[in-house]
Amino acid sequence: MSTEPGLGLPLAGEAREALEGARREGRELTETERAIAGAEALTPQEALATVEAATETDPGSRAPMVINLGPQHPSTHGVLRLVTELDGEVIRDLHPVIGYLHTGIEKQCENKTYWQAITLVTRMDYLASFFNIHAFCMATERLLELEVPPRGEYLRVIMSELNRITSHLVWLGTSGLELGAITLLFYTYREREKALDLCEMIAGDRMNTRYFQVGGCADDMPPGFEARLRAFIDEMPGRIDEYESLLSSNPIWVDRTRGIGVLPAERLIDLGVTGPALRAAGVDLDLRKTTPYSGYEHFDFQVPLGANGDAYDRYALRVKEMRESVRIIGQALDGLPEGRHIADDRKVVLPPRAELATSMEALIHHFKLVTEGFPVPEGEAYAAVESPRGELGCYVASDGSPKPRRVHVRDPSFVNLQALRPMARGAYLADLITMIGSLDNVMGGVDR
Amino acid sequence: MSEVRATIDAAVPGAVEDAVTQAGELTLEVGRDRLLEVARFAAGRPLSFELLSDLTCTDWPERPGRFRLAYHLFSLGSGSRLRLRVWAGDEPEVDSVTSVWATADWHEREVYDMFGVRFRGHPDLARILMPLDWEGHPLRRDYPLGGEEVEFSDAV
Repeated sequence: MSTEPGLGLPLAGEAREALEGARREGRELTETERAIAGAEALTPQEALATVEAATETDPGSRAPMVINLGPQHPSTHGVLRLVTELDGEVIRDLHPVIGYLHTGIEKQCENKTYWQAITLVTRMDYLASFFNIHAFCMATERLLELEVPPRGEYLRVIMSELNRITSHLVWLGTSGLELGAITLLFYTYREREKALDLCEMIAGDRMNTRYFQVGGCADDMPPGFEARLRAFIDEMPGRIDEYESLLSSNPIWVDRTRGIGVLPAERLIDLGVTGPALRAAGVDLDLRKTTPYSGYEHFDFQVPLGANGDAYDRYALRVKEMRESVRIIGQALDGLPEGRHIADDRKVVLPPRAELATSMEALIHHFKLVTEGFPVPEGEAYAAVESPRGELGCYVASDGSPKPRRVHVRDPSFVNLQALRPMARGAYLADLITMIGSLDNVMGGVDR
Repeated sequence: MSEVRATIDAAVPGAVEDAVTQAGELTLEVGRDRLLEVARFAAGRPLSFELLSDLTCTDWPERPGRFRLAYHLFSLGSGSRLRLRVWAGDEPEVDSVTSVWATADWHEREVYDMFGVRFRGHPDLARILMPLDWEGHPLRRDYPLGGEEVEFSDAV
């Protein structure tokens, strides 16, 4: 291991990469690059030796120990790496390193037609795939000035809320697992399977569906779907009671979540945090209420708020949100309007399958839409939906061609993860796991 | 002329160069050197755009100014949105808004990583998604899509 004079950095692996990148750009190493370079070069033995050497030369001082948490670590919800500076068990500083799941979806979208891009966008935040495509379709519809028929909007609401429940169930199960409540995972995944079966029934896929299309939904509800969905929402409140009976007054759960990961509301807003993490701090921001879309203004539901903004409040709030989602689905099924599930614009929407055998015009439209796609008027639009993690926005810029000039997703996981550093400073290492869990980041959404 | 534009015009005269409303969304085009002033004003009273929802960039190599930045502002009180548009130029560099909205930190790092737009005054402008020694900026239009070669494609 050689050391570059003047930098004081051991050169190995990523340290060399960081230097190379900075040299090419003609600049100094930044704070994050310095942290990554410093951590990568050290084996645990070397890290310990560094600390001991510092203590020997300056007795009484406490040099921080730098350790890598992740990227492969069961409790980081995917591949998240945290370069952590520790003083004993206390975190002095922390640098999140992301990008391990970066798949260039935004670049790919520019080379696909709009309807093809849906298939890619759905894979960003893989636990909330309906929300990804909802935002993308809404932005495209805005550019096209295309109206979604009421039945299509209701179907979108039903599937979004079902997706919110499945996403929260994964969060609840895995968060319990991280703190030792292993039982919970089996309970939540039992219900999640039922919800995923419903997704398969209506969309053909259990996960990463492309059920929402530009103009509405791909298909109407299949026979038997409504009855199964009603059975699911009848069962759910009792199941949620079960989860709560396992956790809400469990002394270990309460001790490990109370007072953990608190930041003042103003700081959270400054950091761009939205969703349950912000509402737990008492800020009433839910896009379904503040800027209703897809007919959310027709439904009667509460936006649960927390008071302390700690990990426990976030837990309590997400559980309440599942109850509200159940209510919304019930109301949407009761009030489901008659009519088409997708707009009737043959320049954008595929013709019904049955017509292809009898109508030459339908066949031509189908052929043109599949091979060329539909052109979208020049302009830009930003549409945001309230995903299980906060504001999920999609920015679409069009140059008038059938392929988007730019698709960008503002993913709440990406933005909320920024809050981890200020949250974790001065906290115990063990509580870091709770914080990561309570922010509910999905790395597919962070890295895109 | 919209009320928002009039308010900004009164406080920061001459900064807003153009205003477009499309599909109900208001976009204000701001001069590259006036961005920070406008951002500071928009974040405070009376407009109160406390939340920077999103910050991103689009590459238009065929247009003067080339890199078009879009700042999506959100006001918690009124629920209204505003988009600021800035053309970053061929040697793209604009002022960082991290001093106004801390959330801009990672957004600006992403735009720097993907487009090579530099942000003056950013505390830690390192790559964020790509490896640290990555060459080029992948979301530029002249950056090839790439992909893996299909095996045995020469044997046809």
